Amino acid sequence: MRARNIWPHVWLVLGVLIFSFPIYITLIGSTHDASTIGRGDVPLLPGPHALENYAQAWGSGGGRYMGTPAVQMLANSLAMALLIAAGKIVISLLSAFAVVFFRFPGRMICFWAIFITLMLPVEVRIIPTFEVMVNLSLVNTMAGLVIPLIASATATLLFRQFFMTIPPEFVEAAKIDGAGPMRFFKDVVLPLSITNIAALFVILFIYGWNQYLWPLLIINDRGLETIIVGLTKMIGGGDSQNEWNVIMATAVMALLPPVGVVLLMQRWFIKGLVETEK
Amino acid sequence: MATLNLRGIKKRFGDTQVLHGIDLDVADGEMIVIVGASGCGKSTLLRIVSGLESATEGQILIGGRDVTALEPAERDIAMVFQNYALYPHMSVFQNMAYGLKIRGLPKAEIESRVAEAAKLLDIGHLLDRKPRQLSGGQRQRVAMGRAIVREPHLFLFDEPLSNLDAKLRVTMRAEIRRLQRRLAVTSLFVTHDQVEAMTLGDRLVVMHQGRAAQVASPMEVWSKPADTYVAGFIGSPSMNFLPATMEQDGVVLLDSGERLTLVTPIPGSTGRAVTLGIRPEHLSPAEAGLALRVELLEPLGSETVVHGRMPDGTALTAKLPGMVPEGTDLLLRPDSAWLHVFDRETGRRISA
Amino acid sequence: MSQSAIFKGVVVPYLLLAPQLLVTAVFFFWPAAQAIWQSLLREDAFGLNSDFVWFENFVEVLTDPTWLDAALRTALFSVSVATLALGSALFLAVQADRNIRGATTYKTLLIWPYAVAPAVAAVLWLFMFHPNIGVFGRALNALGITWDYRLNGAQAMTLVIFASAWKQVSYNFIFFLAGLQAIPKSVLEAAAIDGASPRYRFWTVVFPLLSPTAFFLLVVNLTYAFFETFGVIHSLTQGGPGKSTETLIYRAYSDGVMNLNLGTSAAQSVILMLLVIALTFVQFRFVERRVHY
Repeated sequence: MRARNIWPHVWLVLGVLIFSFPIYITLIGSTHDASTIGRGDVPLLPGPHALENYAQAWGSGGGRYMGTPAVQMLANSLAMALLIAAGKIVISLLSAFAVVFFRFPGRMICFWAIFITLMLPVEVRIIPTFEVMVNLSLVNTMAGLVIPLIASATATLLFRQFFMTIPPEFVEAAKIDGAGPMRFFKDVVLPLSITNIAALFVILFIYGWNQYLWPLLIINDRGLETIIVGLTKMIGGGDSQNEWNVIMATAVMALLPPVGVVLLMQRWFIKGLVETEK
Repeated sequence: MATLNLRGIKKRFGDTQVLHGIDLDVADGEMIVIVGASGCGKSTLLRIVSGLESATEGQILIGGRDVTALEPAERDIAMVFQNYALYPHMSVFQNMAYGLKIRGLPKAEIESRVAEAAKLLDIGHLLDRKPRQLSGGQRQRVAMGRAIVREPHLFLFDEPLSNLDAKLRVTMRAEIRRLQRRLAVTSLFVTHDQVEAMTLGDRLVVMHQGRAAQVASPMEVWSKPADTYVAGFIGSPSMNFLPATMEQDGVVLLDSGERLTLVTPIPGSTGRAVTLGIRPEHLSPAEAGLALRVELLEPLGSETVVHGRMPDGTALTAKLPGMVPEGTDLLLRPDSAWLHVFDRETGRRISA
Repeated sequence: MSQSAIFKGVVVPYLLLAPQLLVTAVFFFWPAAQAIWQSLLREDAFGLNSDFVWFENFVEVLTDPTWLDAALRTALFSVSVATLALGSALFLAVQADRNIRGATTYKTLLIWPYAVAPAVAAVLWLFMFHPNIGVFGRALNALGITWDYRLNGAQAMTLVIFASAWKQVSYNFIFFLAGLQAIPKSVLEAAAIDGASPRYRFWTVVFPLLSPTAFFLLVVNLTYAFFETFGVIHSLTQGGPGKSTETLIYRAYSDGVMNLNLGTSAAQSVILMLLVIALTFVQFRFVERRVHY
């Protein structure tokens, strides 16, 4: 009986090790100098160059391959992720509130219009969307990076689902108390939605941070480069002579914020993940 | 503080007529209980008075002021909901103060009103708690408190006791009655529970299929039900209904063959097909009377409810004092002072 | 909801919806309509004139052997990613479910790869499997296996599949574990009393009860492999060597952005749109049924 109970642990520890190894080797890579890695002698233990690698990545970027310092790309990514998450939440809260607590002509059409966006990911409308961006002079702007991504069917559906569980008596009590719709939104709906907002925020922050195709299309100004796209541009053709030490340090910085958010806000993260898929 | 007048209130939802024209005059400080089975329109009527629903036709006056077109907040009313509708994220104090805050009352005034109401309801020590930290009875009090602080002209209660357990319901019932008397606020109270209705109301409105079947004091509703529906709805166990014909103005001939004499004859009723109503408690064992083959005994301690059939198969229920031995057939005589005669066709009461 | 539980007004709700509808119209519906329109046009070589050519672009795309190859490759790639990611996640979830006490710890240790961007995942795997500098790349070469994903298409595909699946396992793990923990213990105890062995119990009781979750995850994983792995491919192999890792999305991107072939790129977009619509439809049909479990 005891012998059998040990196996799940063995498998799980093995699983954790396999899943962590890519990160581990990246961390190791970020602590050696370029020539050690370039020679192909990738050690399995940390080296002494961590500080200078991170300092270079943070302050000046990957030398001759990519001149944008990570601090700037991190700032861009952070701004993009925060704006996308906040924008999606605000826009969806308002839409869901309108759809659930009002009856107006065209209500269902509006709802379906939002719903259908689920079926139109950026990937399938690359060129025409880019053309719209050009026409609106949004290429190479933070607004262009963020605004097209803040429509959210998923978040609207989630909030709608949640709002429909708010007892109708709350609306009635508010009416008798003399609260108008926006007052009700601010005093009752918003406070009740806090946990949902937090859970959604975690998911959307990661979504925003990890955007790839969209910034790749819209941004070619190095000053607006996001860390994810910047990182892959540093690699180029995958040359052995790359400054891999700096690239790995940048990779660590690129994945730390979203991973940190997941680990620190694990409860919200799992709630958000499960709720958005309902 | 205010009277309430309803004039010809009608309500239609699409093709369904829910209210067929309700008229009601409520005196200042009166407690009116609207009672009826589910789907009779009682809640809709209350909601129309509150302004949460609008009437298809008719007029509502509160304190003589026509409020038909006004929003709920402008009607000077307060409502206690069935599930209390306490905001879960607000403390008891905030819940009670919310309506006053929206009205822009000064902070000191709000605090003193809430404190006063809390004292009245004995919930002063709960003001900082959240609703989920309260028991059912305490939530009920907070819901009342929220209504009281508003100092409204009219209280509306939408089955506020139905979420409480049986024992608490009896306590809260008495408390609501005491409170309403003390504050002397005109009140409408909706319930499906006839005991609640009888004990709470100055007058009852018995609703049936969108109409007010009877508007009268509880005793009158019980002693002189306006029709067979009211007669059957109020009283437990329900009144017995026996098909009969008026042999003379003062003599009823039951279809089963027995003759009963009325204390007060009904002039000009000879030959009319009627339904005779007898409450189970108005039957007593006698030497001669209605023969009952006993099918089931329900001993309640001080009395026994007897279910059985008359020789022609008509079901009859009697409530007799003390114990009734098993396996005996009974002869029962109705109390002639308590015979109710209804028209067979319309079900309307025709006896005095 | 009855009349009394909603607010009056028409202007307010439209104002509330305006931002979302505006973004939706400008950045979703207009481009989508453009894609459909462009897919029916063909521009001349100088981009000066365009003719309405009906479905010629579609015919061209659908009869292009290289596109059909890409379609087949995409199917192979997606199924491999889904199988790998679902299989290992289910295995790990079953192990974690066996000892509830440790489950939370393992969950924490296994969920974080979800937060790693596909493109970053590609960088991590590249660093491990680079033929000259990667730990595993060098080890493979030292063992006599000629490993260079930059030259060998099959190796490139394998690497892309593993990097893509690696990131998705944590997502599947969370849902499988939740699904397993939702199975009432009494059902398992009843099966044990019936004398079923643990393995038999798993396949006859646990797995059928888990199948709604599994099916839902299958759809999600296929969608992920189709669209979101663009980052992996773009940063790891750029579709190469040759076209050996070119999926449909990658091709639509390179045809449109690099080769500026608007008509056929638009036709490809429309075909992909139909695919997403089909997947979304399946997912929602299914979710509706899932509610009853």
